Amino acid sequence: MSLDRIEKFKAAVKERILIMDGAMGTMIQRYKLDEAGYRGTEYAKWNQDVKGNNDLLSITQPHIIKEIHSQYLEVGADIIGTNTFNATTISMADYSMESEAYKINVAAAKIARETADEWEAKTPEKPRFVAGAVGPTNRTASISPDVNNPGYRNVTFDELVEAYKSQTKGLIEGGVDIIIIETIFDTLNAKAAGFAVLSAFKEVGRELPVMISGTITDLSGRNLSGQTPEAFYNSMSHLNPFSIGLNCSFGAEHLRPAMQEISAVSNVYVSAYPNAGLPNEMGEYDETPEEMAGKIEGWAKDGLINLIGGCCGSTPEHIAAIAKAVAPYPPRQIPEVPVKMRLSGLEPFIHG
Amino acid sequence: MTNQASTSFINIGERTNVTGSAKFRKLIEQDDYDAALTVARQQVENGAQIIDVNMDEGLLDSEKAMQTFLNLLAAEPDISRVPIMIDSSKWSVIETGLKCVQGKSIVNSISLKEGEEQFLEQAEKIRLYGAATVVMAFDEEGQADIADRKYEICERAYKLLTEKLNFPPQDIIFDPNVFAVATGIEEHNNYAIEFIEATKRIRENLPHAHVSGGISNLSFSFRGNNFVREAMHSVFLFHAIKAGLDMGIVNAGQLMVYDDIPAELKEQVEDVILNRRDDATDRLLDAAEAFKGEGGKKQKQDLTWREGTVQERITHGLVHGISTFITEDTEEARQNAERPLHVIEGPLMDGMNVVGDLFGSGKMFLPQVVKSARVMKQAVAHLMPFMEEEKAASGEAQESNGKILMATVKGDVHDIGKNIVGVVLQCNNYEVVDMGVMVPAQSILEKAREENVDVIGLSGLITPSLDEMVNVASEMERLEFDIPLLIGGATTSRIHTAVKIDPSYKKDQAVYVTDASRAVGVVSKLLSAEGANYKQEIKESYKTIAEKHLASQQNKRRLSIEKARENAHNAEWETTKPTKPTFIGTKTFTDFDLAKIAEFIDWTPFFATWEMNGQYPRILNDDKLGEAATNLFNDAQTMLKKMIEEKWVTANGVIGFWPANSVGDDIVLYEDEERDTQKATFHSLRQQIARESTSGKLRANAALSDFIAPKDTGLEDYIGGFAVTAGIGEDIKAKEFDDAGDDYSKIMVSALSDRLAEAFAEYMHLQVRKDYWGYASDETMSNEEIIAEKYQGIRPAPGYPAQPDHTEKETLFNLLDAENQAGIELTESYAMWPGAAVSGLYFSHPSSYYFGVGKIEKDQVEDYAKRKGWSLETAEKWLSPILNYIPE
Repeated sequence: MSLDRIEKFKAAVKERILIMDGAMGTMIQRYKLDEAGYRGTEYAKWNQDVKGNNDLLSITQPHIIKEIHSQYLEVGADIIGTNTFNATTISMADYSMESEAYKINVAAAKIARETADEWEAKTPEKPRFVAGAVGPTNRTASISPDVNNPGYRNVTFDELVEAYKSQTKGLIEGGVDIIIIETIFDTLNAKAAGFAVLSAFKEVGRELPVMISGTITDLSGRNLSGQTPEAFYNSMSHLNPFSIGLNCSFGAEHLRPAMQEISAVSNVYVSAYPNAGLPNEMGEYDETPEEMAGKIEGWAKDGLINLIGGCCGSTPEHIAAIAKAVAPYPPRQIPEVPVKMRLSGLEPFIHG
Repeated sequence: MTNQASTSFINIGERTNVTGSAKFRKLIEQDDYDAALTVARQQVENGAQIIDVNMDEGLLDSEKAMQTFLNLLAAEPDISRVPIMIDSSKWSVIETGLKCVQGKSIVNSISLKEGEEQFLEQAEKIRLYGAATVVMAFDEEGQADIADRKYEICERAYKLLTEKLNFPPQDIIFDPNVFAVATGIEEHNNYAIEFIEATKRIRENLPHAHVSGGISNLSFSFRGNNFVREAMHSVFLFHAIKAGLDMGIVNAGQLMVYDDIPAELKEQVEDVILNRRDDATDRLLDAAEAFKGEGGKKQKQDLTWREGTVQERITHGLVHGISTFITEDTEEARQNAERPLHVIEGPLMDGMNVVGDLFGSGKMFLPQVVKSARVMKQAVAHLMPFMEEEKAASGEAQESNGKILMATVKGDVHDIGKNIVGVVLQCNNYEVVDMGVMVPAQSILEKAREENVDVIGLSGLITPSLDEMVNVASEMERLEFDIPLLIGGATTSRIHTAVKIDPSYKKDQAVYVTDASRAVGVVSKLLSAEGANYKQEIKESYKTIAEKHLASQQNKRRLSIEKARENAHNAEWETTKPTKPTFIGTKTFTDFDLAKIAEFIDWTPFFATWEMNGQYPRILNDDKLGEAATNLFNDAQTMLKKMIEEKWVTANGVIGFWPANSVGDDIVLYEDEERDTQKATFHSLRQQIARESTSGKLRANAALSDFIAPKDTGLEDYIGGFAVTAGIGEDIKAKEFDDAGDDYSKIMVSALSDRLAEAFAEYMHLQVRKDYWGYASDETMSNEEIIAEKYQGIRPAPGYPAQPDHTEKETLFNLLDAENQAGIELTESYAMWPGAAVSGLYFSHPSSYYFGVGKIEKDQVEDYAKRKGWSLETAEKWLSPILNYIPE
């Protein structure tokens, strides 16, 4: 991203609450692709089933991904996230597609770039930004997958750094404006991602704004690896992120206490993109756009957010409703946070 | 002033340091990591706010030991809640450690020993890993021992870090080297002073930076004499903290309170630390002899709150739930008051208002509030005779905020939630008329008229209670009631209230109340001057909810029952060999050992009962809930012990096994192995959700019958069943507490009985798997794994998600003869009495799993009615919560 674009982005976020996009997976499901659809012509002969590998669609069904991005941009999203949630060598191992990970990132970033640029040309007063999505992977660096052996790990920090670094470089090559490390359920994974992203910036000689977004896994209000929101903030603030916040988790209603906690301590911008409610007994998200927007309007009213979007179950209709609901409110003001040593274990520890 | 009172100083535990603790070193050398974790846990329990981990020992593989220990710590939430100090003189060990911790930790340490380049390189890495760092006062020339050099090195390091790397100054901690004093070598005598002086200059001139030190080095020459060592540390800290020392590596469990040091010893130690006399060392050595082997501290109960005014004392007693002095304080207030009623309206209500405010703002939790109510009741009980006397003289009565009738509806026996709401309302000066459980609509409404109540509150836990609530609402409409109707309990919901109850009662308003903490707010609004507006708001919001619900129901795609059956769970019968149970028929257990059952209690739902959500044991250390949760847990343990020792409740159970095969979606049970005479039939319901596959594999549309071998496979399969209770006698005990005005204990005994019943079911299931049925005779699992349901086989209960039809319980109870064998009865709504009971079916198939049937279509309901021998209407009544359509 050119310095000019970074400046535009920084100017926009000062003026108003920026709108992020909604779910990618939920939208892809609507196309009801079968195995052949996922494979496309490119991977027609792949030796393993690839159905469910949504990230692969950036190569095999680019028009679908483009259409989804476009729908979100149409309803007013300022920022769209690339379709790369699982595009690390680690997650791609599920489909024996480690070798394809880099390509997928480049392709996904290019589609998002192209679509965002088209919309920016249509509405020049509203610049559109592309966030390169860096997901949590399917492994946890601080939790053992084996209950009988709590000291065991199935992924190391170094392996994560390697995978994330390659992903980041692919996203930069494809032209993203921002890197977003998202859906962090294990903070150690995210620290490895942060390490990788900053190292990649150094290697390519260019720094992009970094957004950080954790996820809360149950009503105890902590992430999967056990940290409270403030402890999580303390663990991630060394990255000098552009913003920090939460996504996925449960719906807006139950996420509010954690958002308040982060908003109160964060000396950077705060983002949120919750699910469309809690899954019902069928595992479906059925919060309506109006319901979701109604809850989020409360956040905007109380000055908790700078960037807002949706995660699982949210659709362009949801984003449209949210954009409308938050429009009247000014963005959150960054509070004066006293200079103190802010450490953490599972809980925050402040000294100074 | 005492060291402990200083809030600006933090302790860093040092017992997990192989260079500082011989015990810890041995444990690590012997690979005894369990015991090593216990050492860490003790430190945190003793108040260490950060723990120092050091594995620098020549014979150890330090990188591996660091990694192993930190990985294990990560799995111990009660330890890893605090930040970690990764301590090593080897950079490779530090880097290994940094790759294992998710929190923001502290590196201990780096220095300029090898020059600027390496120093900056390491500091930059630390920044990337996201840690703070200790910087030793050590440079190319060596370790600094006098104040000037200590400060100069620190200043140089500070400038390098903040100017070249933009390292945040608040994340820099200087260690200006604590060296041993009183060693007999004259040059060492001023070491403590040099440290203190350097500390002062760092804090004054290097903004936001911190100062730390390894305190135990100081007293190295007094090894073996812990009393004197503790005194030395305490005196040193007293002076160094004043100079600005704000962190230290100290054994948190072994630090004497400065004011507790014997006066003479204190002077001698101070002479040494502050280098006040040439013979200071010799004098301390002589004195030290007398203190060898001494130690020990006592803890006193803090009763300073007793010095306050009577109002302050009453408030303190109420807020902290202390009943010891409440009678005497109330009596004192009564003597000061004109009338006894004024004590309630004045000091007691003022105190309860404080409780209410704290509860409302989330600073107190439900169990604490219930304890406050117990103290309040005790105070009121003391005043009652005086008020009766006065009433007899004048004929006046006291006034409350309103009168509320509470009842658990007909057919349902669950009342913990209702009791909690009752207590909270009483705390807020509402008069509560509690009609108990299984109350028919007619009795509720008669009583409401008779008592002229302002609000009716209904509670229920099982699904048939939802219909009964609709019935009460319709009766209120018919009988022209015009008071609000509150709806609460586990199966109730805002949607159900909006869709089913609200339209049945138009003369006033039905209101869904999420939990006890909302009850007061709702009731006070309903009864206030704005009550009418509030009701109007609710009415409108319910209308919207009902409309949305209707709309959403129409979009939900369901499969036809035929299609769903085609996608049944595939249990791979070709390769399955069912295990034959050790007996056919039933086996009864009476008066079962409660102590054994108690080991299997899952505590997480216990906390949920008290509206405290969080995983046990993590909840005990939770920031907000931790203290309240710990107190509640301790009270529960105390009562549980009594329940077991004094046998407050009796646990009975009955289990049974029968030859069985599935026929379609039914499970047919046979009299004997001949399998030609049918004994009974269990009917099951099948999921009709339209599956969408994202991973290539379509999940099944399951029914419980899928887990039993179909008759045409020719396989000899079996099914089991059970009913257990731990609630016989609970009602008597609960009444005792109720009569004594002790709601806290009343609710506690119910909550514990419920947990015991669940634990009994869990324990029985284990015995069934291993012995009675024996299909998993080699199972070895911890209690945690059992609670997490990691075992083979399931035990679903009729009325719950896998088979939502409560009436199936009747078949089960007949087979088990549960009423005679275990003393458990079924109500007309198929709730079990006593309430603390669990029943269900046993399935042994390795691929059996828990699922929810979810909403079903009319085609299945028609089919099910036929199989059950019901009319369609009856089937729709019992299955109403899961119908995916609106019956005609």
